Amino acid sequence: MNLPRSLIIGGFLFAVFLLAAILSFVWTPYDVEVLNIAAKLRPPGATHWFGTDHFGRDIFSMIMVGARTSIAVAIVAVGIGIGLGVPLGLWAAANHRSWLDEVIMRGNDLVFAFPSLVIAILITAVFGPSAINAIIAIGIFNIPVFARISRGGALSIWTLDYILSARVVGKGTLRISAEHILPNIANLLIVQGTIQFSLGILAEAALSYVGLGAQPPTPSWGRMLADSQTMISFAPHLALFPGFAILLTVLGLNLMGDGLRDILDPKIRRLRQ
Amino acid sequence: MSLLSVKNLCLAIGTLEILRNISFNLGKGEVFGVVGESGSGKSMTALALMGLTPGFAITSGRAELDGTDLINLSEGEMCALRGNQIAMIFQEPMTALNPVQTIGDQVAETLIIHKRANRREARKIAREKLNRVGLPAEQFPLDRYPHELSGGQRQRVSIALAIALRPKLLIADEPTTALDVTTQAQILDLLKSLVAEEGMALMLITHDLAVVAGIADQVAVMQNGEIVEVGPTAQIFRQMRHPYTRQLFAASGHVPARDPQTEDAPLLTVTDAVRTYAMPRSGLFSRPPPFPAVNGVSFTLNKGENLGLVGESGCGKSTLTRAILGLEPLQGGQISLLGQPVGPKMPNSLRSAVQVVFQDPYGSFNPRWKVARLVAEPFHLQPNVPADWHQQVADALVSVGMVERDMDKYIHEFSGGQRQRIAIARALILRPELIVLDEAVSALDVSIRAQILDLLADLSDRLDLSYLFISHDLGVVRAITDRVLVMKDGKIVESGPTGQVFTNPQHAYTQQLIAATPRLPDA
Amino acid sequence: MLRFAATRLISLSLSLLAASVVIFAVIEVIPGDPASFMLGLNAEPDTVMALRDQLGLNGSILSRYLSWIGGMLSGDFGTSYTYRVPVSELILARIWISLPLAIYALLLSTLIAFPVGLIAAARRGKASDIGIMASTQLGIAVPNFWFAMLLVLVFAINLRWFSAGGFPGWDQGFWLGLKSLTLPAIALALPQASILARIMRSSLLDTLDQDYIRTARAKGLSRRQTITRHALRNAMIPVLTIIGMQFSFLLAGAIIIENVFFLPGLGRLIFQGITQRDLIVVESVVMLLVFAVISVTFLVDLAYAMADPRLRRRK
Repeated sequence: MNLPRSLIIGGFLFAVFLLAAILSFVWTPYDVEVLNIAAKLRPPGATHWFGTDHFGRDIFSMIMVGARTSIAVAIVAVGIGIGLGVPLGLWAAANHRSWLDEVIMRGNDLVFAFPSLVIAILITAVFGPSAINAIIAIGIFNIPVFARISRGGALSIWTLDYILSARVVGKGTLRISAEHILPNIANLLIVQGTIQFSLGILAEAALSYVGLGAQPPTPSWGRMLADSQTMISFAPHLALFPGFAILLTVLGLNLMGDGLRDILDPKIRRLRQ
Repeated sequence: MSLLSVKNLCLAIGTLEILRNISFNLGKGEVFGVVGESGSGKSMTALALMGLTPGFAITSGRAELDGTDLINLSEGEMCALRGNQIAMIFQEPMTALNPVQTIGDQVAETLIIHKRANRREARKIAREKLNRVGLPAEQFPLDRYPHELSGGQRQRVSIALAIALRPKLLIADEPTTALDVTTQAQILDLLKSLVAEEGMALMLITHDLAVVAGIADQVAVMQNGEIVEVGPTAQIFRQMRHPYTRQLFAASGHVPARDPQTEDAPLLTVTDAVRTYAMPRSGLFSRPPPFPAVNGVSFTLNKGENLGLVGESGCGKSTLTRAILGLEPLQGGQISLLGQPVGPKMPNSLRSAVQVVFQDPYGSFNPRWKVARLVAEPFHLQPNVPADWHQQVADALVSVGMVERDMDKYIHEFSGGQRQRIAIARALILRPELIVLDEAVSALDVSIRAQILDLLADLSDRLDLSYLFISHDLGVVRAITDRVLVMKDGKIVESGPTGQVFTNPQHAYTQQLIAATPRLPDA
Repeated sequence: MLRFAATRLISLSLSLLAASVVIFAVIEVIPGDPASFMLGLNAEPDTVMALRDQLGLNGSILSRYLSWIGGMLSGDFGTSYTYRVPVSELILARIWISLPLAIYALLLSTLIAFPVGLIAAARRGKASDIGIMASTQLGIAVPNFWFAMLLVLVFAINLRWFSAGGFPGWDQGFWLGLKSLTLPAIALALPQASILARIMRSSLLDTLDQDYIRTARAKGLSRRQTITRHALRNAMIPVLTIIGMQFSFLLAGAIIIENVFFLPGLGRLIFQGITQRDLIVVESVVMLLVFAVISVTFLVDLAYAMADPRLRRRK
């Protein structure tokens, strides 16, 4: 099969960070929890590839462990969004124009009025800061995104004749949603999933940057950037590497999303013609 | 001296030849009909004349409009000509107009673009043109938006903006295909009178032989990118020198051989059926009365009978279909099948007795399933899927003219006609008593349609099936049904044996429908 | 049109009401007593009682909710525990940084995205389109606060064109104020502009595929005329939605970016509120943010109805 170039490049970029995250469980060049003040603020070089921070911790190792935090938070947040949003969207579409549809969609509108930063602020104000906050805040914001996209996709499929045929043979809405609707909106969900994944990584970085996400000593890319800020004039490498890590991961995911859209969409278009 | 002279027009996309050596002449004030099935290249011929072919298409040959060769004009010169000397209207009136611009502005734009009038004058002329196409100022002020008009009215707006500058040539690409027959007749009349009064030539592209027979002076028959026969209409229809013309003609008026054996036992009875829909709120607190889509319909379908139900869009036939299939409840009256009540709560055993084939061969199947699973879906109605289901699916496919190995293919590997055969196989798999055919052949080309009608007739004879044949197409209903019901505004206005209703219609609406239906000349 | 506006207004007021209930409930959910939570574990019982009085915690839930809402409607947001001044004063002093920053960024983003998206769509598949699409891909992937840090590094620390942070106050002159918001606004705007430009492009391309564009071409309009006279307005309809959503992202983004530039805006206020457990400040600022987002949604709905006549008569 001829894969689009964006999928290959994007997949490669993302795979690098995913592997780094997995590898960090068993091996990192240096232990990120050990402080070594003697070796602080080393520029990038042969011993420390990306240099060290103000506590002498190895930036390369911290980025590996940070990938773990970022990817884990984004995966769980997308999972929450899909797990709750898709059933809600399918349910609303199956009961189109009923009060249930109305309630679900108004609920969605309500959540949209709370950007994930605001949700994180509220949760942190109540329970104190932690990585879980970031997951919940980003996850909650993902719910209406997936609910909307699956409702929209489902509604257009509900009007097709094969749904009527399925109803003629006595299939109920639950079975129709599972057998006919879900497989046919899966491509939409996959593409949106990669987009939300990349947005999740950006949001996690922003939240930990302002201190509402993962707490020290857990390394996270946003936290590293926050720490580097006061030293940016004399140790810019502290800010460059975590920033590039975020940039490349998100870029990889977005390219993957584009590539997936290219291979999933034209087939559907051809089928419809 | 002809107005348009086309010589050896060819068009290719890559190595694919779409049009080959198209040549014809078209005189001033003449109606030139182009007929052919889908893929014959008739629309592409029109787009080539307009210079609106896709950018990667390569066009060659000559097409002289009043001495100017359209093929070799630059884009700028072509822009000056389009809408001015040569105009075009399209098939789909619902999408052909800009939804966010008023109809007045859209008609006036033709004049403004060609710098023939300033805005005020252009609006004045737009008003005249809208009046001319039958949209008077009282009901259709210039500031109406397209979504406020019906399909026929929108097609009139499209015509108004096409004729605003009195072009020498108007190309109409299937202008009435998306419209009801009575609306079609009105639009064709309008086009005819425009040709007569404005002295322009009309190139009318259609798949419907009967439409060109009634209006065209000359006809070209197209097949696979070529004109196989061209000449004066009467002569073409009388002589039919080319075998494809004969085939097309035969398929258009095809009546399948049938051996109707109706028993006097009611299979389906509909008694005073009423189905209403809630209307959208008109204000915050007011709710208009519910709209009766089906309003007191009664009829009986006997075992072995082919019953037709004709009506135009919005008459309530789709709503009635859904009620008969037990998908939606009635608000009044009742439907019974084999003596048992039909409704959303009917038992599966009763559901098995009625199956359905829909119109759209492309939306009728889940694209992610293989044919075997698609055809086997109705087994859901049985308590257990039979052990030999695979064989049963294969048999059903064979009985509709497909082969066993089609079971392992996906639906996108089949043509429209083949898909309709698969849909029939799916409807047959449970051996139902009644099959509802909801516009089942309306989306097919005439030759395919003739084959499917033959198949349906054969199955009905062989398997002792009854059909409820729902269609807007009177010709098809006439060909395959024993009895017919005519529906309008939620009510049955006339019913009786098909031959009798068609030759001697009693109700004014039935008469109007039959008069509006274009007829093929007798061969 | 008026009826459309009225129905939307009612529906959005209901959203606002629901949002206030959610915020109030979340603050109520706090384990234990909000007053002792705010004061910490070692607070004197008298102090806690005094704060409970001040917070109006001694009434029923309903009466507390009503007095909170009633206060907000009359401009009384309560008194900050840490600052000992009315919250409305604190907000007023800071909103004139966050709001102008978000609007400045929105303007920049729109001004960049429109021509860029238009050029990409008009030159679909050509080198300029591919170049634009590649750079927007980068623009979307850049975290805005990191981009802000890079801007500081280049333009403030190395080139010294701008100051590295802080805000002189609007009373020091409009242009000076605007200048100190410029780097933050660029940092906020570029990623959003990338998204908007891509949406602009794809929306235009979708529109150019429509039947009515073919009708317009058959009338004699050139390719360029079909874009300016027909495609643009139709393509704007989905773009408007995104602009509305972007405002809420920009407002949230502004709160984060303020940290990079040491701007004394709402972001500072709210993060200090969180660390000092000043719940009155937190809940008021959150409510204000939600109010801003919902108001913008309303404006976008109106713009929508203006752009699309089909919406005006529905409902």
